[in-house]
Amino acid sequence: MDIQTKKVVTDPLFNNNPIALQILGVCSALAVTSKLAPVLVMCLALTSVLACSNVAVSLIRNHIPGSIRIIVQMVIISSLVIIVDQILKAFLFEISKQLSVFVGLIITNCIVLGRAEAYAMKNSPGMSFLDGIGNGLGYSLILILVATIRELFGSGRLLDYPVWTLVTDGGWFTPIGIMLLPPSAFFIIGLLIWGLRTWKVEQVEKPEYRIQHVHRLEVT
Amino acid sequence: MGDYLTLFIESVFVENLALAFFLGMCTFLAVSKKIETALGLGAAVIVVQGITVPTNNLLFQYFLKDGALAWAGLPEVDLSFLGLITYIGVIAAMVQILEMALDRFVPALFNALGIFLPLITVNCAILGGTLFMVERDYTFGQSVVYGFGSGVGWALALVAMAGVREKLRYSDVPDGLQGLGITFIACGLMALGFMAFSGMKF
Repeated sequence: MDIQTKKVVTDPLFNNNPIALQILGVCSALAVTSKLAPVLVMCLALTSVLACSNVAVSLIRNHIPGSIRIIVQMVIISSLVIIVDQILKAFLFEISKQLSVFVGLIITNCIVLGRAEAYAMKNSPGMSFLDGIGNGLGYSLILILVATIRELFGSGRLLDYPVWTLVTDGGWFTPIGIMLLPPSAFFIIGLLIWGLRTWKVEQVEKPEYRIQHVHRLEVT
Repeated sequence: MGDYLTLFIESVFVENLALAFFLGMCTFLAVSKKIETALGLGAAVIVVQGITVPTNNLLFQYFLKDGALAWAGLPEVDLSFLGLITYIGVIAAMVQILEMALDRFVPALFNALGIFLPLITVNCAILGGTLFMVERDYTFGQSVVYGFGSGVGWALALVAMAGVREKLRYSDVPDGLQGLGITFIACGLMALGFMAFSGMKF
């Protein structure tokens, strides 16, 4: 595997993360992350849809007229999502109930359409497949991190297996209720972005205004 | 009538699509920089949501639901697996029609909305509204109210967020939090505020 190919897969993990930098696919990142198990299923579903749709779009990229390309892409993506949805309903019914509408919403998950439009329309099927896998992994990375934090601190469990014994069961851990509530996902992702940008300084956005530092010593 | 009012208030505040279900977040974060653009997009979302949810409701009730084709003499047919592709088709077509109609009859509004109209197709709030309508099996009347209400709720959250962000520009934010990071934190605080509505009975 040469360097170029490797970059396509590893870049979306930290350097060009779909959620933290491209602001794509945020909705599901926030909504399904209160428990780890559904998140793993969701990541698997999204990554497979993303890789397949990238390949499909890339295969016919020279035959799609520019004016109707969005509709063509939407049809490809929604057919793939229907397949995933039916598979989940057949084999993982409990989890598909927990994910409720969010499997269907993979269709409008901006990552899928965004990568089809930005990458698959211009590159060969093989590279598009790898790009799909890479971006799927970048998305999964953030989701799994957030879900781990939320489930562990919110209920002291991971994948429904008790890690920390709760106070109510004679242990020491008091669950932090807010972790199970929706707003905590915002805070965790915000802080994750902060961490990521402290590490990768080049991702920091330029502020529109700078507060002037007044030289107080000169005044007095 | 009272039921409809309850449903409306619930869909605007308690079950706010943006802040309680996190739908349409990508656009929500990307377009909430200025109040004017936020107002334009908000209006477009209300219109599209108000049209597509009832339309999809009719399609669901009379074509796609299990046994819905009984009126055509096919009571055992279940087309619900075609749901997703139908709804997104309706949404894409509706946005396209709206775009052409506005261009023809209200060019001022068309120019004001600009690129936001086509973007609405991939706004998860629109598809999400339809999917919630299907999951909860709303009647046609309820779907009209729900479509309109959820659109208003989303627009309200968007405009409020834009207001917060306009002020936020002048504050001294740590470098790493600049831009997207602080927006997430502010969204979280707003979501906490909207949670105060939950459990309210009207």
